[in-house]
Amino acid sequence: MTLDILPIGKNAKICSVGGEGALRLRMLDMGLIPGTEVSVRKTAPLGDPLEISVRGYKLTMRKDDARLIKIREEGT
Amino acid sequence: MIFALVGNQNCGKTTLFNALTGSNRHVGNFPGVTMDTKTGAIRGSKGNFVVDLPGIYSIRPYSNDEIISRDFIINEKPDGIINIVDATNIERNLYLTLQLLELQIPTVIALNMMDEIRGNGGTIDIAGMSKLLGVPVIPISAAKKEGISELIKSAIDTAEKKRLPAVTDFCLPGPVHRCIHSISHVIEDHAQRIGISRRYAATKLIEGDDKEFIDRLDLSQNEHELIEHSIIEMENERGLDRNAALADMRYAFVEDVCRLTVVKNRVSKESLRSDKIDKLLTNKYAALPVFFSIMVLIFWLTFGVIGNFLSELLSRDIDLLAAAVDKGLTAYGINPAVHSLVIDGLFAGVGSVISFLPLIVVLFFFLSVLEDTGYMARVAFVMDKLLRRLGLSGRSFVPMIIGFGCSVPAIMATRTLSSERDRKMTVLLMPFMSCSAKIPIYAVFSAAFFPGRAALVMAILYISGIAAGILVAALLNKTAFRGKPIPFVMELPNYRVPSLRTTILLMWEKARDFLRKAFTVILLATIIIWFLGAFDSQLNFTGESSQSLLASIGRLMAPIFRPLGFDDWRIATSLVVGFTAKEAVISTLGVLIGSSASALDTALPALFSSLSAVSFLVFTLLYTPCVAAVAAMKRELGSWLQTVAAVVGQCLIAWIFAFAFYRVGGLIF
Repeated sequence: MTLDILPIGKNAKICSVGGEGALRLRMLDMGLIPGTEVSVRKTAPLGDPLEISVRGYKLTMRKDDARLIKIREEGT
Repeated sequence: MIFALVGNQNCGKTTLFNALTGSNRHVGNFPGVTMDTKTGAIRGSKGNFVVDLPGIYSIRPYSNDEIISRDFIINEKPDGIINIVDATNIERNLYLTLQLLELQIPTVIALNMMDEIRGNGGTIDIAGMSKLLGVPVIPISAAKKEGISELIKSAIDTAEKKRLPAVTDFCLPGPVHRCIHSISHVIEDHAQRIGISRRYAATKLIEGDDKEFIDRLDLSQNEHELIEHSIIEMENERGLDRNAALADMRYAFVEDVCRLTVVKNRVSKESLRSDKIDKLLTNKYAALPVFFSIMVLIFWLTFGVIGNFLSELLSRDIDLLAAAVDKGLTAYGINPAVHSLVIDGLFAGVGSVISFLPLIVVLFFFLSVLEDTGYMARVAFVMDKLLRRLGLSGRSFVPMIIGFGCSVPAIMATRTLSSERDRKMTVLLMPFMSCSAKIPIYAVFSAAFFPGRAALVMAILYISGIAAGILVAALLNKTAFRGKPIPFVMELPNYRVPSLRTTILLMWEKARDFLRKAFTVILLATIIIWFLGAFDSQLNFTGESSQSLLASIGRLMAPIFRPLGFDDWRIATSLVVGFTAKEAVISTLGVLIGSSASALDTALPALFSSLSAVSFLVFTLLYTPCVAAVAAMKRELGSWLQTVAAVVGQCLIAWIFAFAFYRVGGLIF
């Protein structure tokens, strides 16, 4: 499953980070790397982007970009 | 000695810079980019300076911020680096630290927001962290000015003794470790030749995206192949591609450091408080109404209450002074041309420059508060979807709304946008947001041609402006600004109480910046327009405005406007004068028609039909912004060529839209 469809409040572990170029490097730099725990906190009022929680801080990213991050839901 | 202040965004870097330096600082520009780099003398020491570099998350060659920081650190070779680290967000902050340490430059870490850590019952083993990272770590609170003198002492001491970071290896044993070390070995001589640490060179070779840097290493084909081979071997063994493997290596090391030295026993008060505030500010239903209310409030206070009050106060003083000088000059019996230069040229020019100041100061007070509290990041979060189609991010929304008041501070406000692409595009779109100086033009024409329907006319004009802006944005997106925008992966920092000192310093800097850079341009333009208006074609001083050079230019230009339905030279002249300030369009028309401003609505129908009046309004809505806005544009675009192109393009668009309105209107009515 991918990060954009992770239900709000559920924890997951990143399996892989797709995409390319500056976008992918930015995601890696922000700490979104395979093995990292993430959760989705909320959706923006207009339905996009997402607010996610990673490494103890909050990050916003667009659904299209979150779709590039493969995850495994925890506790299922 | 020169120190570079480096750190993430939102880690209190500006606050620390302000605490490190006194009042003697100067804002410089790197050539070719419009990015402030502030340099300031370090307090309580002689001959030591600190340069505030843009907030970055990594040393990469993508965004302007990153390129500026990289170039400064690698090319200017500062004597030391002060790396500010937000202790409350330590993992991501230390990720940058590791990259800085690879450079082997004397470095100290300023561990900021230690007061928050302690306030939440957490501890950080400073000595332990310092040992693991191999550099001094100084706990500070930039906002409370704690630990600043210790930081200065340690930084100067480290740089003076040229103490390099003691730890050079940030990888746990494994394939990545082996790969970095074998590459370091291969390129040792090359790195030494250009004075760069071999580990930094090795990691850049693995990442492979900084072509400019890699070329400088001047490796042989054979060496390149050797390196590529060992990277591929590492990727296979590690099961990750090169970039993910390096990021993983760094984060794994940072996680280890944190596990051994950082104790956080609960979610911080600040984080919980932020969540509560966000329950309202980014709430599904409340977020947009709250955002628009905040914008309306700022707009009203800036352009209505405070700004207006200060502007009137200032212009009253200037008028008083002008009147006194006028009296003096008249009594002295000075040459009427000189008299006119001083009163109509100099005083009018200075007056128009000064009238912008209160707007800029008041607006930047609010913008600084929005930015420093952390709300601006939420604006981007909330508004992103709306602006994404234009190829912009949500952050551009705030300057654009300001643009409905005055383009000058709005254009200056784009400086806070972190992507140069977004910044330039927002600047170019700004003139489409109809500024408040055009309202008198709309009002007079509505009264003359569409009495009782002024609100409707204005609504149509404002919406046309926005529509034209959207069209142009779509066009720019497909042409000049093609290519990938900066990724929208952005931190939402905890809300914080802004520092008054930072806010006031920003207001002061913006005011000074505007005065210094805009003054000459605006004054010059005003005096040129004065000269054209005061002299005739034989260069005789003339009191008769219809005989002036300006009128000749108006006559010359009038035919251009014939297809738009108005070709009277007086209209063309007033549009030319409108370049100095939009308010001047109406006053010039009044003077040339020989009618008082209040009687204009009865005089105008002699020059315009209802249809050509609409065409004229559309033209004034869209044509060149005033000289002050053009000066601000030049500052942000960083190029006269682009600025002139933007102005010419703007006039062309205005002409095309007015023409379309006039022709289509002519078919319907």
